[in-house]
Amino acid sequence: MTTAMTTATPPPVAPAGDHHDLAIVLFAVIVLVTLGITLWVGRRGSAAEDFYAGGRDFTPLQNGFALSGDYLSAASFLGVAGLIALYGYDGVLYSIGFLVAWLVVLMLVAELVRNAGRYTLADVLALRLRRRKVRAAAGGASVVVTLLYLVAQMVGAGSLVALLLGTNSAQARTWTIVAVGGLMIVYVTVGGMRATTWIQIVKAFLLVAGSVLLTVLLMVRFHGDVGELMRQAAQHSGAGQRYLEPGLKYGATSTSRLDFFSLGLALVLGTAGLPHILSRFYTVPTARAARRSTMWAIGLVGGFYLMAIALGLGATALVGSAEVRHANSAGNTAVPLLALVLGGGNGSTGGVVLFALISAIAFATILAVVAGLTLASSAAFAHDIWAGAWRGRPRRRSLLRRRAVPASRPSGEAGGEAQSEAEGKAQREAGERQEVVVARIAAVGIGAAAIAISLFAQQLNVAFLVGLAFAVAASANLPVLLYTLFWRRFTARGAIWSVYGGLIPAIVLVTFSPVVSGTKVALFPGVDFHWFPLENPGIVSIPLGFLAGWIGTLTSPEPADADRFAELEVRSLTGAGAA
Amino acid sequence: MPQQQMSSPGQGQRFDWWAAPAAATASARPDRPTPPAAARPVPSVPVQPAPVPAAAHAAAPAVPVAGRATATDSTEVYRAVQGSEAFQEIRRSYRAFVFPVSSAFLAWYLAYVAAQAAAPDLMRSPVAGPFNVAWLLGLLQFATTFLLTWLYARNARTKRDRAALGLRWDTQDQLR
Repeated sequence: MTTAMTTATPPPVAPAGDHHDLAIVLFAVIVLVTLGITLWVGRRGSAAEDFYAGGRDFTPLQNGFALSGDYLSAASFLGVAGLIALYGYDGVLYSIGFLVAWLVVLMLVAELVRNAGRYTLADVLALRLRRRKVRAAAGGASVVVTLLYLVAQMVGAGSLVALLLGTNSAQARTWTIVAVGGLMIVYVTVGGMRATTWIQIVKAFLLVAGSVLLTVLLMVRFHGDVGELMRQAAQHSGAGQRYLEPGLKYGATSTSRLDFFSLGLALVLGTAGLPHILSRFYTVPTARAARRSTMWAIGLVGGFYLMAIALGLGATALVGSAEVRHANSAGNTAVPLLALVLGGGNGSTGGVVLFALISAIAFATILAVVAGLTLASSAAFAHDIWAGAWRGRPRRRSLLRRRAVPASRPSGEAGGEAQSEAEGKAQREAGERQEVVVARIAAVGIGAAAIAISLFAQQLNVAFLVGLAFAVAASANLPVLLYTLFWRRFTARGAIWSVYGGLIPAIVLVTFSPVVSGTKVALFPGVDFHWFPLENPGIVSIPLGFLAGWIGTLTSPEPADADRFAELEVRSLTGAGAA
Repeated sequence: MPQQQMSSPGQGQRFDWWAAPAAATASARPDRPTPPAAARPVPSVPVQPAPVPAAAHAAAPAVPVAGRATATDSTEVYRAVQGSEAFQEIRRSYRAFVFPVSSAFLAWYLAYVAAQAAAPDLMRSPVAGPFNVAWLLGLLQFATTFLLTWLYARNARTKRDRAALGLRWDTQDQLR
């Protein structure tokens, strides 16, 4: 049976068969269900806390599902399994970095960020380093990271949905990108964090359920013999035993090995700097709930990647690497093709249903992830750049004066103080309402920008874009976050240097890498101005981010504010005064 | 020192914090879905979790709580709490676990990634059937990730959760 599969020359998915009709129906169902969730949940509240943090009343289990939903993008579901189907062990290597990264989140970031911040990453920095420039830098880096990630997801969505629907025309891709972008804008502007979180939960549940179903069917097919699965996979990979050994994808030259190390570093350190992951911790009531949701996420993500390995091997064993590559050169359709075979093959009812089901799950995955990213991006823009840094200048000064006056007064004028407090509260609430309006507008703007960039960048490799987003997050966001949380002597200048010292090298190195120019698959294939040999800048830019923060702190004209660090330490470790 | 800190909800019961703004600002939300009732405040029972708050009371100088704490007062409270033995113990138990373990798992992961480039022959050597050293180490990465997650959670639960919660109420009391 398997030999017939591999020797068959026509690809099983190329002609648009009836399994695409069912897929279209299921896609429509997904769109309707998610829009329904958005409208239903979005009515529940429109305060800043609802929009940014979903009211902070999700349970750890719910948030754990939402975290894994945010994390397991289509690039993971289809991409990692596809990489394994094509390159065997080297694909496995890729998935491990994605999982181990969660230990950094769990141990160093999740609880402290939950305790110290309100809505965004920059909140944590601002608690200690009250400078508009710090907020602007961190907010800007967050926008860049989420935008890169967003473009990656949308470019992937374009080619993927078109592929799953059986057409590969450029027009179908374009319309898919526009439609996905339009939907994500609706989810975020109407539903905010609450709707986005519920969409993530539904999607993560579907994703895990679909993976379990396929893995069980696969294991039944192989009678639970993993060794046999691996042998069959090696046999049908076209590479023999080398399929199960390191080096099929990343082992060609020492440059490509170094590139992979760079990617590995970016993956393991980048997750803890991803704004859309960090803002998830604000949707639960306490730091302990944040820890428990991270543990759920680790369980779900780990379990998912173990299944993805099995599915990748299964796709090679039952479909064959050549077929997988023929359908999509990046291997992105390996899992749907495997579903077709496991369900009974092309033409059979089981195969058609399973193919459509898995395609619909992949589509739901794309929609959910882009919604989460758009939300994080608009929060960084509205809360950090607009409200914290740009609007902050005149307003902050008046607030400081207001605070300074009662402080100098002898305590006892309770009446006046209460009045100014009520006034301040009303003003703050008005400011937050305004901020949410800005965030909604920003979501539209960012969504439109992402659509435009995605249409332009359609030929870029999705895995590369994701790796780049992780590299920027690890270079610009993680050093400043860790320094802020743990280093007593860290200063505002250190923070600003750290953000820009990671962000700028990462962007510059990519601009002069083989991804942008000098190769056939580059963004500008016609010209060659590359001098940086690696595709992923992480190995250089991440240490630079840490180094810049260190030097900036040492050369800082003012010493670190010990009072602020005391407040941050106490609040982050105990939860006192947490939002 | 006021003991009545919160009109707390019952176990597992949802509590509308918006309906009770006074309670919401005075104290924090209870960690709703936690299995051990250890550190959770029980309705109408004064919160007195373990001996830790007592230590904090002793260590933190009594800040005059007349009306709302002003900016300078809160700074003093945070400095005092930071200097207290109870807080230092929480900080120590957190850092003593997290720093060595983080360095260890990062080193183990990076060594594993680097081994593909540095020692490909070793990684290729067979272990059992189609399994080779590379697959074994890869699966071990999964295993250590799950193991460390569990160890960290156990450490946090047994070493600092209760103390941190006690100190949290205590600090918020002083800030009020």
